Amino acid sequence: MKEKRFYRIRRFFSGTPALGWLLGAFGAVLLESLVGDPFSEILGLPKIPVLFGVVIMLKKPALIPGAFAYVLLIYAIPVILFTRITAKGMNWMADKLDKMPLWFSAALHLLVLYFTLDLWAQVSDYRLLLIKLMLIAIMLTLSLNVINGYMGEFSCSHPGFMALGAYVASVFTVGLFMNDRLFGHALLPAGIGQFLFPIGLILAGAIASIGALVVAIPSFRTRGDYLAIISLAFMFIVKSLIENLEVVGGPRGLSGQPDWATLPTVFIWAILCVWTINNFVESTMGKALNAVRDEESAADAMTVNTRKTKMIAFMFGAFWAGIAGGLLAHVLRYINPGTFGLQKLAEVLAMVYFGGLNSVIGSIVGAVGFNLLSEMLRPLEIFKWIIIPVLLILVMIFRPTGLIAFKHFDIREILKPKLKMKERV
Amino acid sequence: MTFTFFFQNVVNALQWGSFYALIALGYAMVYSILMLFNFAHGDIFMVGSYIGFGVATGLLYLVTSGFIPLPHWLVLVLTIVISMFLTSFVGVIVERIGYRPLRNAPRASAAITGLMIGIILETGNLALLGARRLNFPSLIMSRTYEIGGVFVTNKKILVVLVSIGLMLALDQFVRKTKWGMAMRAMSYDFVVVPLMGVSIDVIAPLTFAIGSGLAAAGGVLYGIAYPILDPYMGILIGWKAFVAAILGGRGSIMGAALAGFLLGFIEIFVAMIFPSTLRDLIAFSIVLAILTFRPYGFFGKPYSAKLRL
Repeated sequence: MKEKRFYRIRRFFSGTPALGWLLGAFGAVLLESLVGDPFSEILGLPKIPVLFGVVIMLKKPALIPGAFAYVLLIYAIPVILFTRITAKGMNWMADKLDKMPLWFSAALHLLVLYFTLDLWAQVSDYRLLLIKLMLIAIMLTLSLNVINGYMGEFSCSHPGFMALGAYVASVFTVGLFMNDRLFGHALLPAGIGQFLFPIGLILAGAIASIGALVVAIPSFRTRGDYLAIISLAFMFIVKSLIENLEVVGGPRGLSGQPDWATLPTVFIWAILCVWTINNFVESTMGKALNAVRDEESAADAMTVNTRKTKMIAFMFGAFWAGIAGGLLAHVLRYINPGTFGLQKLAEVLAMVYFGGLNSVIGSIVGAVGFNLLSEMLRPLEIFKWIIIPVLLILVMIFRPTGLIAFKHFDIREILKPKLKMKERV
Repeated sequence: MTFTFFFQNVVNALQWGSFYALIALGYAMVYSILMLFNFAHGDIFMVGSYIGFGVATGLLYLVTSGFIPLPHWLVLVLTIVISMFLTSFVGVIVERIGYRPLRNAPRASAAITGLMIGIILETGNLALLGARRLNFPSLIMSRTYEIGGVFVTNKKILVVLVSIGLMLALDQFVRKTKWGMAMRAMSYDFVVVPLMGVSIDVIAPLTFAIGSGLAAAGGVLYGIAYPILDPYMGILIGWKAFVAAILGGRGSIMGAALAGFLLGFIEIFVAMIFPSTLRDLIAFSIVLAILTFRPYGFFGKPYSAKLRL
């Protein structure tokens, strides 16, 4: 029986609710921040391994036992012990939370998650940057999944939307609040800029979604390959347009964005993005998207307004892509038109199809997995770009729609207390 | 704008369009059979160019060291033919590992595999040969003729003539031979035709092989015209040829060739009239406008909305 394959392993881990895992992870990260430094010294490591020791293992094979022991003693064993020991208490707490309003319980879990990430990121700036980029990647992947997964088009215009968002947000912050050689003196004091930053981001998303109309309107008459070309042409046009706009730096790019995309900001935007997109795809409109994907004429016959549906989906996806672009510009603090080219397109597409179509959780897994993989394999240099494509090809061959496709993302289901798996007869 | 200036640009556009047309043919052929775009095709063009580099260097070495005395024109012909032959195997391998396992999968998955194979080809090239750029050996002496004030190099004539010749040969192959008939039948219906004893496992690799061979010819000619090779040279030209293939009408072979030339003309003439930095902007705006008003390309037929999505 297939179900029995990993039965023992699954049973071993099954009794702990999400709260237990989160608190366990928090405990492990706390342990690392307390004793990580002396501990890595004892094990002969130069510093705390930033990415679970994988980078160090690939760089210096002599340190493999040390890094392995570190990961085992700091992360694996404490987390497993903690979750096993407290499983009962955690289930009791999860049960209590389950009876409270959902927003409260979700907020509590997110708070624990945030503190875990924050503490984990305090060890090095590299981790901080990685987490920010990962959260932005989640937003991008989700917003592309709305178009490519839920609506079933093959849109290649995402880098274009990102570029629009990134430039609008950058012009907003740099132009209004910074002394810059391109835009002259600051018009407003930088102190209030931090609070107006969300407005800049929303503006970025709005401009990106207006740009999406260029792709959405031709999509009324055609789809599939022709739409792929139209969106590709849109991407080239945006890139070329920015290259020719000397006002925003042309091909040299735009720099000097203020450091306002801090971890809490990016985290809140990412959560907002996941929340709204999940609500969107679970709504009637989301079902209409699926209907348009599966059979457009049938959807039309069932009173789905296909034009409105397509337009909203494109604009909605582009909105979040624009915001993600704006955040990316403020995380990197330098953008140029080359950032938003064919390479970005391949990356975003890979994340969507790796994680899984038509699934919010798949997008999250895809974005996080792809980013982690790509950072962990960095010491392999160019061979990284052979291993990752091979992995993706294997995923495509064995699971053509991605790792976790066509799954509902039900927050209540995830947070509820877990009972131990019973022996099945 | 004088007349000679105009014709000078016509010559340039013909040469530039030849590359697009040769690559777009490969996209269109694969599409007509499998209804899939081979996104690794731009990189197959790159591989073809590198194979051409290897073959040309080897042959020139043999000639100069006096092993086999060959006239110069024969070296050129042999380089093109051998590179086409060798690169067609690359196409067959790509089909075997990237497309055959995914024949019944959603089409977008195959597109992703194609993209990833493209990245593997680029990186593999980078790993094998390093990041330095290679100089394509000069196979023919550059000569410039002046015809009524228009300067034409013999390389340009060669590029245009060879690519038009290859296109005519392909046309004859598809229309006159038995294999060509099988390919046409397969593009008509790939579900029923295999029941008639024409195996798709033979026709699909054949299509990939021919498409890759044409791309390799394009690569060698590109190397002759612009003798600097780097591993990423296939990306942009490949995507643009993909645009041309769609513009011609998907699956239409002659449409792809004509649209390739058209794209070349658009790009060269935009660069002639406007500053050259605006080239992509205006060229793609024209493409966008064409597709908005004629969504099925020039020679494509309006299919039903759903194919194999």
